[in-house]
Amino acid sequence: MDPTIFLYLSSGLFLGWSLGANDAANVFGTAVASRMVKFRTAAIILTLGVILGAIVSGAGAAHTLSKLGSINALGGAFMVAFSAAAVVAWMTIVGLPVSTTQAVVGAIIGWNFFTGSVTDYSVFKTICATWIASPVLTGFFSYFMYKGVMRLLEKSRIHIIRLDALTRIGLVIAGALGSYSLGANNIANVMGVFIGANPFQDFHAGVFEFSGLQQLFLLGGLAIAVGVFSYAKRVMLTVGTSIAPLTPVGAFVVIIATSLVLFLFASEGLEYALASIGLPTIPLVPVSSSQAVVGGVIGIGLIKNAKNIKWSVVGRIALAWIQTPVIAALVCYVFLFFLQNVFGQTVYNPSEYRLSEQALVHRGEADDAKALSGVVGKSFATSGALKNAIDKALPDLDAKAVLHLVDDSLVEEITVDPAKFKALEKLNVIEPVRLEALRTLSGKTFTYRWELVQALADATPEWKLKEKTVLNKPYNKEIQKDLDLVMDAYVAKMK
Amino acid sequence: MDKSKLRLFHTTREVEMHFDSFLDTVSQGGIAFRSAIGAYLDSAGNGDLVAKLQQLNELEHKGDELRRQVEHELYTLALIPDFRGDVLSLLEDLDCLLNVMEETMVAFDIERPAFPQELHADLRQLAEGVSMAVESTVLASRAFLRDIQSVRDHLHKVMFYEKDADRASDKLKRAVFRSSMPLAEKLHLRRFIDAIDHIADESEDVADWLAIYTIKRLD
Repeated sequence: MDPTIFLYLSSGLFLGWSLGANDAANVFGTAVASRMVKFRTAAIILTLGVILGAIVSGAGAAHTLSKLGSINALGGAFMVAFSAAAVVAWMTIVGLPVSTTQAVVGAIIGWNFFTGSVTDYSVFKTICATWIASPVLTGFFSYFMYKGVMRLLEKSRIHIIRLDALTRIGLVIAGALGSYSLGANNIANVMGVFIGANPFQDFHAGVFEFSGLQQLFLLGGLAIAVGVFSYAKRVMLTVGTSIAPLTPVGAFVVIIATSLVLFLFASEGLEYALASIGLPTIPLVPVSSSQAVVGGVIGIGLIKNAKNIKWSVVGRIALAWIQTPVIAALVCYVFLFFLQNVFGQTVYNPSEYRLSEQALVHRGEADDAKALSGVVGKSFATSGALKNAIDKALPDLDAKAVLHLVDDSLVEEITVDPAKFKALEKLNVIEPVRLEALRTLSGKTFTYRWELVQALADATPEWKLKEKTVLNKPYNKEIQKDLDLVMDAYVAKMK
Repeated sequence: MDKSKLRLFHTTREVEMHFDSFLDTVSQGGIAFRSAIGAYLDSAGNGDLVAKLQQLNELEHKGDELRRQVEHELYTLALIPDFRGDVLSLLEDLDCLLNVMEETMVAFDIERPAFPQELHADLRQLAEGVSMAVESTVLASRAFLRDIQSVRDHLHKVMFYEKDADRASDKLKRAVFRSSMPLAEKLHLRRFIDAIDHIADESEDVADWLAIYTIKRLD
């Protein structure tokens, strides 16, 4: 094992610390600030929840790290994680709640610019939508929920002490569940880039099995926990007291409204459930809990008295949301320059992009083959260069189609090594029929990733993606997850 | 079920019970005060007054103990952080009502003010008004803890009984000073009339604060 991996891992741990210090406020900010849950209690619940979530459910999510997929050098991954962590840490020190995911996305864009890789600009649209949709939706929900809850409480005539106890229990349960999902959903942000270079070995003790991945995620979970204990209080107080005064019931409503918005507008499970019983689905909207919780507090502030809301604080928070991805991108770009040119580290492994005629047929762009004849078969060192060439040859081609073509042009030379079947079998995740189909391709080499995917689909319908509909989404997602596992086994992600 | 959860609900029930017992004690104090005045006027110096005094004294002690206990629980369990200060002040003020009633009756026992027979009916009426003001304050306090919307329904009654007590006390003082008794005796009786009326004033003060606490809770 290369000991320098631990040096690279340190930036992931730094990102974990920042995430813990900043995002803990989304889960327990209102509860701690309203003095219903002691900071220590919240920190302990957060620690346990985050670590459990990271180990138990984090491993499943980490394989679908499409956002981070393009980073192919440990040095680059180190700087992406470090830049995102530095920006989130700075925001934490000034006490502003920001989205760690958006910081990571910003840093990746910085890496893309530095390395000349293609950036999918639709990500900007998604992030901008999050800034507006998350607080507006949650504000709306918390406004009406709070009114409803207060009316209900008036009628129920609960003793002030009983109401206090019930609110406290509600806050702790919601906080514990929130901590679990914080660990499960965000460990991929913290440690995802290092999965390909995981230094930990599987550990067996009788029936007890602790995989290397789980050990890596435990480490990430611990980093998040340290962040929670050491620095989370400041952001919690900003969320819970600086924007507008919040009662304990208000604190509870904010957490429930946030969870409800995430569930209704970001849950593919709900979308599938509605579609499967023939009901219209709720459109999926990009929402972030960091931004949702701020909207929730504003919603309740509006009921009480809009004058109570400190709009200057809201303005500072909104500015911080915009600054986070932008500064992360800039910091990452500048630091990558130093890491590469001053410290002589590899931040990007050169790849070959070569557009093939088969890829055009595969993507249904065969008609454009003539216009792209000057590009087909030519080698490009970066995805950006290939994209420019396609854009020049065919300016009218849809941006998404161009990105698909670029993705399909990465030369990977994947050989289906029979020696790796055992490891894939051991994962106990991929269905035997699918593994059997993979076996039939033993020893074959595929230039492009899509060719292997195509060959697998030709071998058995079990590997075939269905038409893109809401009802087919879970099925396609499952295939995609298995494909990711196969690709992880055959393609060295990180060098 | 989880033991700690059981404990949490158990503690909640206990604190609720202590609150209710404290309010019961203040309410009983008001009733005991009224009957102690009655007992004093009926046959000053007999055993009935001693028993009533003893009862008031016990209620005052019980009130102190319950107040301390609730205060301790509110702080150690960090309960109702948003209204803890208000609830503590309310408890202190209500306990103060009990103290004043007990002190007044003790003064009656020590100083034995000689109220002429013709003033007895008015004095009973004053004590009745005071007792009703205390009772309404307790009801308003109960509503504050359990049914915030109906606090106002009780608060206006406190104001009403306080005004009633003021009128009765004015009437009594005029009668005292119009009588032919020596000035020292007049001043002595006035002190007691004022002391009884002061209990209604105190109730009104508690009610005023309670109105503010209610606005804060409803805000």
